[in-house]
Amino acid sequence: MSATPLPPTATLRTIGRRRFVFPSLLRNPLALFGLLWIGLLVVLSILAPVLPLQDPLQQNLTQTLQLPSAEHILGTDTLGRDVFSRIIWGTQPALLGAALAVVTALILGATLGVIAGYVGGWFNAAASRFADLIFSLPAMVVLLALAAVFGPSTAISMISFGVLLSASYLRLAQASTIAVRRELYVDAAKVMGFSTPRIIGSHIVRNVAGPVIVQISLTFGVALMIQASLGFLGLGPPPPTPDWGGMIAEASNAIFLQPWLMVPTGVVLSLTILSANLIGDAIRDGSAMKRPPSVLRRDRKKTGTLQPLQMSSPESLLEVSDLTVTFPSPDGDSHVVRNASFSVDRGEIVALVGESGSGKTMTALSIMGLLPFPGTVTSGQIRFAEVGDLVQASEAQMATLRGSQIGLISQEPMVALDPCYTVAAQLLPTLRRHRGLDRGAARAAARQLLGEVGLRNVDDVLASYPHQLSGGMAQRVAIAMALAGNPKLLIADEPTTALDVTVQAGILDLLRELQATHDMSIIIVTHDLGVVADVASRAVVMEHGQIVETATVSELFAAPEHEYTRSLIAATPSLVESEANHG
Amino acid sequence: MLKVIGRRLAVAIPMLIVISTLAFFLVSIIPGDPVVALLGPDATAEEYARVRAELGLDRPVFVQYFDWMFALVQGDMGESIRTGRDVAPTIIGRLPVTVSLAVIAIIATAIIGIALGLVSSLRGGAIGRVAQVGSVVGTSVPNFWLGILLVLVFAVNLKVLPATGYVPLDKAPGQWAAHLVLPVTAITVAAVAAIARQTRSAMNDVLGRDFIRTLLATGTPRTSVIYRHALRNAAIPVVTSLSFQFINLLSGSIVIEQVFALPGLGQLLVVAITGRDIPVVQGVVIVTAILVIIVNLVVDLVNAWLNPKVRTS
Repeated sequence: MSATPLPPTATLRTIGRRRFVFPSLLRNPLALFGLLWIGLLVVLSILAPVLPLQDPLQQNLTQTLQLPSAEHILGTDTLGRDVFSRIIWGTQPALLGAALAVVTALILGATLGVIAGYVGGWFNAAASRFADLIFSLPAMVVLLALAAVFGPSTAISMISFGVLLSASYLRLAQASTIAVRRELYVDAAKVMGFSTPRIIGSHIVRNVAGPVIVQISLTFGVALMIQASLGFLGLGPPPPTPDWGGMIAEASNAIFLQPWLMVPTGVVLSLTILSANLIGDAIRDGSAMKRPPSVLRRDRKKTGTLQPLQMSSPESLLEVSDLTVTFPSPDGDSHVVRNASFSVDRGEIVALVGESGSGKTMTALSIMGLLPFPGTVTSGQIRFAEVGDLVQASEAQMATLRGSQIGLISQEPMVALDPCYTVAAQLLPTLRRHRGLDRGAARAAARQLLGEVGLRNVDDVLASYPHQLSGGMAQRVAIAMALAGNPKLLIADEPTTALDVTVQAGILDLLRELQATHDMSIIIVTHDLGVVADVASRAVVMEHGQIVETATVSELFAAPEHEYTRSLIAATPSLVESEANHG
Repeated sequence: MLKVIGRRLAVAIPMLIVISTLAFFLVSIIPGDPVVALLGPDATAEEYARVRAELGLDRPVFVQYFDWMFALVQGDMGESIRTGRDVAPTIIGRLPVTVSLAVIAIIATAIIGIALGLVSSLRGGAIGRVAQVGSVVGTSVPNFWLGILLVLVFAVNLKVLPATGYVPLDKAPGQWAAHLVLPVTAITVAAVAAIARQTRSAMNDVLGRDFIRTLLATGTPRTSVIYRHALRNAAIPVVTSLSFQFINLLSGSIVIEQVFALPGLGQLLVVAITGRDIPVVQGVVIVTAILVIIVNLVVDLVNAWLNPKVRTS
């Protein structure tokens, strides 16, 4: 049973700076069902006194435990009372009780949370401890202990449960207030004419509205469940008052005589909790960012025919022709790369240049066969010397080529390594797989390789976890991982962007050096023309998914043909400066 | 290891003191004269005096508090107002039932919930959607109602499992297990659903991270990427939410013990409420808090094993 408030991990996950977009609940059939069901119950419970219902308290001992009939559409209970009528009469207290808990939680939690986040200091710490305390108490034990003190009372139980639920609202409001304060701290000086608390207030309301609505919906379901559990344990309103939990308890006593009696109340209770959960889920899923595209879920409709193809020149290692990469979507397919053609010679360093969104990374990933789902290559060829057309390779075939023919270095070294394993635990299996080494030989190879990428104290590095490395060290480790299988082509996707300026030059020098010693080709994906000028011999310029210019680097800077290239060069101050100096 | 235990105890001990203090003050918040409230208006003067002395109400409140805490530290939780028996041994006698329920339930929750979450994360399409809707339905069915339905189907109609009751583990292990199947199922369904959702979202989160691409780019086999790397990373938030599920399962077992007539802490607590047997209630509150602390400690240790950042910081 979800008896305690939602765990803080779930709560904090839903907090974001992005603005809450209220999704159309009506378009989600499950949420629509939930809205209609709860709406129906609200209407019926309000209209109960005027509806032509039978008296929920009217006993008829000659007609007990009846199955549904025209007279009693859901049958009768142990005392011959009409079950349908009792369920409807029990709806209002059930909904009001749950609402009481939710309102208590909202008011208490939001107030304490905002104050804690705003005031900070000891009050903030105390509020956090208060939430921790509540999260570690089983709700049922607390409610039963209070029932022992105060006697059974729905109002006291539901207000107390509201206090328990308030912890999750508190966390939500607290985290959001702190985030808003941090955000506004810098801006506050610029803003004139508004008091800070007022600005914070409006920001918080805007930021928290979505998660809070989700929370209201989900905690409403939990409160219904708890209230029914208390009724079932005999702590609800005293008989003969109709109460859902109490009715299920009565039915369970007559289970051998008339099992049907279990069904109506239980189904209504379950459907009501389900409705609250469905509405909450729909809002959460609708407002949350779509799940990140995963490289593991891929289109596997490949022919799997991989045979060496004729290359246009013996010097060519890679020839991309007419490549189109498409992300299908219901609102129309988006072609992130369109009819791209370029080639990479053996031993050459080619730069793939463009702004973010120009399609350069997608071009690089399609060579690796690692396009994020649901992106696919919809046309064109990627010919790799002595291997064949990579577009046609099956996932298993690509897996054998990755690392051994083509290596990849990612943009963010700090997140490119698995945080749960040491460098040794990640590098050694890779070396053993590619080079067929035993454990000892792999370790020796790892030490040698790490030395080659410019790391000192290699034994310390091998024993380190990624979070213990600096960005530059992590990028060198990532390069070592990529080189473990001696690939013929290394794809470096913005390898220096996330690094300190002082470290950048070192990584570029290393790449140039490795290119020479390993006789590799390198594709360097970058937005930085400084990097291009530094390492590449040829550049392929991309804009909006298309290649707009291909030239040697000296040609490119001397006489850029395309308008876009000229604007890129103009936007790179160091190049403009150096040109001015030359001139 | 010792650092992890130390950190947990530094949180747990103050928390236990706070909870014990709150439990102590349960008596003071009883409306009116607690002794009259506890015994009703018809008791004799001697009975009032006995209970007043038993609760220590004839002394200043802070003297009562320190006496009570001092006794508690020595494992003395006072005597039951109704039965006159010592509370601590009574609770210890009931503990195996509730602990069996909750511990089996949390283990089943971890195994089934993580497996289902993994499947629904890796398999898109129809299976994924069924798993998603199933997990919402699973969290929406009240455990006590589900428990009764299970009795109806498996005990009354199919007659394959006993309907109610409890057999101690050391008397007949087979019977012990048979008596726990239905109650454990009843409280586990919702927890499994919650953990499956958590696993699914954690896996989706991890599979979108850069290091997965790095691993694939070095030619690491898919199974190794999923089970050795992605699952281990995804397990960190899942283990944390397992500790919250354990607290929910304790709540669930209190209710479900009524359905299956299991002589555990829940039953003790429900009987104590009707008798307003405050010392028993206080004892159960404190023992539950200790159970939660033990489980949180286990979770901390598992997390330290999973997550090097916890271990090395």
